[in-house]
Amino acid sequence: MSYSELEAEALPVDTGQAGVQGRSPFQLAWRRFRRDRLAVASIVVLLLIVLFAVLAPVWESWTGHPYDATFPKTGLNPDGLPAGPGGDFWLGADQLGRDVLVRAAYGARISLVVGIGAAVLASLLGVAVGTLAGFVGGVLDTLLARLMDITLALPYLLVAIMLATTFQISSVGASLTMTILVIAFFSFAAFGRIIRGQVMSLKEKEFIEAARSLGASRVRIMFVDVLPNLVAQVTVLTSLLIPTSIVFEATLSFLGVGVRLPMPSWGSMLGEGSDVFQTAWWLLAVPGVLLLLTTLSFNLLGDGIRDALDPRSDRVVRGK
Amino acid sequence: MLRFVIRRLLYAIVVLWLVSTLVFVFLNVSPVPVERVIGGPRATTDTLRQIRQNLGLDQPVLLQYWDFIKRLLQGNLGESYINGTPVTSLIADRLPTTMWLVFGAGVIWFVGGVATGVLSATRVRSVWDRSSTLFVLIGLSTPPFVMALVLLFLFATKLSEAGVHFFEAGPPLQEHFFRRMILPWIALAFLMVATYTRLTRGAMLDVLGEDYIRTARAKGVSERRVVYRHGLRSALTPVVTQFGIDLGALIGSTIVTEKVFGLQGVGQLVYQSIALGDTPVIIGVTLMVTMFVVVANLIVDVGYSFLDPRVRLS
Repeated sequence: MSYSELEAEALPVDTGQAGVQGRSPFQLAWRRFRRDRLAVASIVVLLLIVLFAVLAPVWESWTGHPYDATFPKTGLNPDGLPAGPGGDFWLGADQLGRDVLVRAAYGARISLVVGIGAAVLASLLGVAVGTLAGFVGGVLDTLLARLMDITLALPYLLVAIMLATTFQISSVGASLTMTILVIAFFSFAAFGRIIRGQVMSLKEKEFIEAARSLGASRVRIMFVDVLPNLVAQVTVLTSLLIPTSIVFEATLSFLGVGVRLPMPSWGSMLGEGSDVFQTAWWLLAVPGVLLLLTTLSFNLLGDGIRDALDPRSDRVVRGK
Repeated sequence: MLRFVIRRLLYAIVVLWLVSTLVFVFLNVSPVPVERVIGGPRATTDTLRQIRQNLGLDQPVLLQYWDFIKRLLQGNLGESYINGTPVTSLIADRLPTTMWLVFGAGVIWFVGGVATGVLSATRVRSVWDRSSTLFVLIGLSTPPFVMALVLLFLFATKLSEAGVHFFEAGPPLQEHFFRRMILPWIALAFLMVATYTRLTRGAMLDVLGEDYIRTARAKGVSERRVVYRHGLRSALTPVVTQFGIDLGALIGSTIVTEKVFGLQGVGQLVYQSIALGDTPVIIGVTLMVTMFVVVANLIVDVGYSFLDPRVRLS
C-alpha cells in the first residue's frame, strides 16, 4: 500500500484540503486519539493516580502518619474499631489504626510498578518468542509453540501461589521482583501466540518477498521489515495487558502471596480489611474504587490506542 | 480423526508429566518444613527426623521422584502428609462444590453473555449497545475478588442487618443450596459475562456481514430467523469453543471465590495445603486441574470439527 493511499483512507473526506502536507502515521493516530473523549479522560485519570502515587511521601508528612505506623489511640475508637474518614484520618484508619490514605498512595505505586513492569516484560518475552517461532519456523517453531501451549494449560493462579510460597521472600523489593516475574511468565504465552500468527502471515506478504529478492539477509528482514509492522499490535496488546497484570497482582496480594508486608498493596489492603468491612466500609471502598478506576482507565486507554492505530476495525462495525 | 485424537492424547500425557515434574521440583526446594507442621513447635530433632523418615523424605530426591512417577502411573496420588487421607478421596470430597460453583456460574455467564452480545450486535450504536459496551468494560476491569467482596458486603452484611437473609455460610452445601451459591455464582460469572458479550457481539457482527445473510434477507426470510437461525448458529462456534476452554480453566481459578464465600472446594483445599506444605495434595490438585484444561481443549478441538465442517483436523 502506498503512502498516499493510506492517508486517503485514514482521513475523513471533508478535511481533504488540510491534507496537503504529509502526516506521519503517528501524527494521524494522535489526531484520531485526541478526538476520543473517553481515552483522553482516562489519561487524565491515570495522570492523577500517578500523581497520587508519586506524592505518597507528601501525604505521609502532611498527615504525620508513616504508612506502616499504627495509631491505636487516634486511629481506633475505645471498642477497637477503626476511625472513619474525616478528622485526623482523611480516608479513615484500618483495623490496626494505620492511615488508609497514605497506605493507598503507596499501594498505587505497587499497582503501577507491577502492572507496567509485568506488562512490558511479558510483551518483550512474547515478541521475542513469537517472532522467533513465527519467523524461523521448523523445529524451533514446534518447540516454542508447544512451550506456549503448556504455559497456557497451567493452572496459573495455583502455580503462582505455589511459586510465591516456594521462594518465600521476606524483603519487599525481592517480593516485588518475584511478583512481576510470575505475572510476566503467565502472560507472555498468550501474547507470543498472537505475535507468532502475525509474523507467519506477514512472512507471506509481497514486500517481504521483495526484500528477499533484493538480497536482504534474514536478520535484516526480521528487524527492518517484520518487527516495525508489529509495533501497532504490540502497543495495543501491551496497554491492554497492564490492567490484567494489576488485577493479577491485587489477587496475589489479596491471598497474601504477592508483595510482602509491611509494604501496602491495594490487594493486601482488601485482604487484611475484609474481616471488618461490616463496620468499616471505607476499607473496602477506598482500595476497591482505586483499583477499579485504574484498571478501567487502562482498559479505556488501550481501546483508544487500538482505535487510533487501526481505524478500520471500528469502521467495519460502523458500516453495518 | 482417530490419529488426531491419539496424537492429542499423547500430547496431553506429556503435558501432565511435565506439569507433575515441575510441581515436584518446586515443592522439593520449598522451604515449608512439613515435619515441623506435623510435629508442632516443640518437637525434638529426633521426632522431626522420624517424621521425615516415615514420609520417605530422607530418601535421595531422584529415588523419591521415581517412586512418585511409579505411583502416578498406577493412578495413585498418594496420601496427605498431614492426616494420611488418600489424596483422591480428599479431592473427591471437595470437587462437587467446585464443580457446582463453576457450572452454575457457567450457565449464567453463557446465557447472559450471548444474550447481551446478540442484542447489542443487532442494535449497533443504540443506547443498549453503548450501555452494554460500558458494562463490558467495567466487567473486564473489576477483579473477581473485589466483586465477591462487594457482593458479600451488600447482600450478606447490609441486607441481613435489614432482616433479609440472603447468604448462608457454613456447611453442608445441600442445605439452602441456591441461597448459598447465588452470590458466588454472580461473583464468578461477572467478569465472564463481559468477556462473552464482547466475543458474541464481535462474532455476530462478522457473521451478519457475510454474503449469505444478505441472500437470506433478499429471499425474504424474516429478520428474527436471519438473526437466530442463520446468524447466531454460526456465530456461536467460537463462543462455544471459548466456553469449553474457560470451564476447564476455571476449575483452577476458584480459589479466591471459595475463600471469600467460605466454600470448601478444591481451591480452598489447595490453598490450605500450600500453607501446610502438604506436597501430595498440592501435586494431586494441580494435576487434576491441568487434566481438566487439557481434556477441555481436546473436546473443544474435536467438537469444532463437528460444529464447523470447514475445519479439517490434521
